Amino acid sequence: MIAYIIRRLLYAIPILIGINLLTFTLFFMVNSPDDMARVHLGVKRVTTEAIEAWKTDRGYDKPLLYNYKESGIKSFSNTIFFQHTVRLFVLDFGRADDGRDIGRDIRQRMWPSLAIAVPTFIVGILLNITFAMLLAFFRGTYVDVWGVVLSVAMMSISIMFYIILGQLIMSKLWHLLPISGYDSGLRALKFLILPVIIGVVSGIGAGSRLYRTFYLEEINKDYVRTARAKGLSSLQVLFKHVLRNAMVPILTGVVAIIPLLFMGSLVMESFFGIPGLGSYTIDAINQQDFAIVRAMVFLGSILYIFGLVLTDISYTLVDPRVRLE
Amino acid sequence: MLDFTFKILVTDALLYLLVTAIIIFIVYARKHEHLSAPWRQIKNKKLAMSALVILGFFVITGFLDSVHIRQEIKIDNTSKNQQQVAQYSNEVLSLLDLLLTKMRQQTEKTYSAPFAINSFTKEVADGEQGKPVLYYPRLKYGGAHLQAQDSRIYDIGKRLLWALFWTLSVLVFCILLIAKITDSKNNIENKHINIATRLKNIISGNTNTPWLTILLVMSIPVFFISSIAELGPYYHIMGTDQVGNDVLYKSIKSIRTGLLIGTLTTLIILPFAVVFGITAGYFRGWVDDLIQYIYTTLSSIPSVLLIVAAILSLQVYMTNNPESFATLIDRSDIRLLFLVMILGVTSWTGLCRLLRAETMKLRELDYIQAANSLGVRHRRIMSRHIFPNLMHIVLITVVLDFSGLVLAEAVLSYIGVGVDPTMDSWGNMINGARLEMAREPLVWWNLTAAFVFMFILVLAANIFSDAVRDAFDPRLRKA
Repeated sequence: MIAYIIRRLLYAIPILIGINLLTFTLFFMVNSPDDMARVHLGVKRVTTEAIEAWKTDRGYDKPLLYNYKESGIKSFSNTIFFQHTVRLFVLDFGRADDGRDIGRDIRQRMWPSLAIAVPTFIVGILLNITFAMLLAFFRGTYVDVWGVVLSVAMMSISIMFYIILGQLIMSKLWHLLPISGYDSGLRALKFLILPVIIGVVSGIGAGSRLYRTFYLEEINKDYVRTARAKGLSSLQVLFKHVLRNAMVPILTGVVAIIPLLFMGSLVMESFFGIPGLGSYTIDAINQQDFAIVRAMVFLGSILYIFGLVLTDISYTLVDPRVRLE
Repeated sequence: MLDFTFKILVTDALLYLLVTAIIIFIVYARKHEHLSAPWRQIKNKKLAMSALVILGFFVITGFLDSVHIRQEIKIDNTSKNQQQVAQYSNEVLSLLDLLLTKMRQQTEKTYSAPFAINSFTKEVADGEQGKPVLYYPRLKYGGAHLQAQDSRIYDIGKRLLWALFWTLSVLVFCILLIAKITDSKNNIENKHINIATRLKNIISGNTNTPWLTILLVMSIPVFFISSIAELGPYYHIMGTDQVGNDVLYKSIKSIRTGLLIGTLTTLIILPFAVVFGITAGYFRGWVDDLIQYIYTTLSSIPSVLLIVAAILSLQVYMTNNPESFATLIDRSDIRLLFLVMILGVTSWTGLCRLLRAETMKLRELDYIQAANSLGVRHRRIMSRHIFPNLMHIVLITVVLDFSGLVLAEAVLSYIGVGVDPTMDSWGNMINGARLEMAREPLVWWNLTAAFVFMFILVLAANIFSDAVRDAFDPRLRKA
């Protein structure tokens, strides 16, 4: 299994290079560093010297892909692309366009993101599994029909309505929880409750409907009939046999997301004013800070690939028949 | 004289292309049993048909809003130059704009509540002896025809009754029409029944296609439309927004944005996903490796971040090349097109993967092997023998993706990487409504209007796509 994991991680390298090439094309080829400098320094009435200084300051004054002035290996290494790629691969994100250290910002801001994402994720999964199991248990009855109708209706509502209505009812009308904000340590707890509730509620519709189909696919199989024939109650079968088998498709969707929890949720964090990585990205968008966006794209991709490897490993845990080779 | 010239925006042209493609598909599907049988199954389902009716109204509205014209400007004929060159207004209007001219032009100063006749905010005026007095001024257009305050409810009621009358007339007309149409010769079961019995069957719901349900569902949007026709020119039905624009008008205009995002994205991804998916699955080897590498790379980037990166670099490009985008509407149109394209880039990978897997299964089947040994060309095998058998997967994916894309538009517009801020879209409306929630008293109508329109569209799309998937997915059909 270790050999498999190592091989999977090695596969990630060409993919990461590809991603880098893509973001590089978007940020340096479609718009030259001169263009970026002009946007930052103001489009009109900007001197060439100012642009040059801006570029030198950020190391953008080198050629893009191939340096004609150098010879040998240096003609590749002394370029913007090479320097950026190498630095990203050792997770050195460099400096933002306003001079701040991106790596430090990320290390600092990932904790608030995690504080919201992890509870939302765990409570959400547990609730979805439970609701889906209820629907599957009552399959074919009115409970099931109306449950599915409710799920479809709930997944037709945009996340932003959940947030705005939640803030309106819980904070503005009933004054139960603060509307937005964040605090350090345990005092952050009261700021976390509302985002977590809203995050869980907004995901229930899609989640329980999806998991219900996973259960229903398993429930018609022979082993279920055998287990029932042996005299097990249908609840026992549902929990012990069906749930374990339905775990495989559930895990496929779930485990891959776990590493991305670091990234936080853009919408959630910006509505609730939480200083996590999501709002970091939104701030970067508003300030047109390309260095941060580039760093976040790279970080997100690494985490995603990591998630895929985790998914494979998790299969071996729930299904002993799966062997990684 | 109302002279005009057509102005075709890029997104309009793509929409026409899409409509043509759909018509071709319908003609094609009618001739092929494996594609038309599931549709007949859908035709008999009440819920699916209700959703389809609602979707139909949305599509018609969106289409009306996609036929753009520029009206001729009247120039005084006293000009010395005799040769008259037609001058067209720079203002690009759609057919829908023309239908809703009154709602579009009657703008107030600022917020006003639904059906209000007074402004939402106070104004200062000079009272007696020069003392400033705070009061709510009458609106310029909302309820301007009313003489006394107390007749408002009566007036609205009267107009609603008229709307109800129009709805009932349309309903009766439709029932008669359906009774007549189902008489056609190819409908064997109804052939020898006279029209009175057919009418009775329709009204009692005793038909294969659930006409009664369809008609009842249809009467809701018809009533809505006739209410707009009756009330729209006299009141602001959903109030006005911060700069005094009619909220209902804005919500209706947003339909086009939502539909375009949901449909054009799939139009753009289809060629890529189909060609790449089939070639990867059919040829295997290095082609497969290359295509797999491309889509793994693209799908490894979290889609929001890729969209953010792409839109940001578009913004920079637009700032540095302002000359390429002449008018505001061109600018927002290009941005919409670009958004659609980048959404396509992030979402074609799923379909491509499905098609590749299915092609790999198909290529081992006997009939493909036979075609191969008979010396049929690869390209022909792929287009004639493999692609038709993948059609159901394509269809299911396209329909399933639609509602997700409509929802994604709202989120992206909120983040600031969606459609142009000047464009009418539900996302922009929600974004604006965010601060209104903090006002006292609450300005609720902007958010409510966006919510209702979006919810109905997405719900109908979800219900319909469920029915399509159930009908087309062979795995589910067996169970």
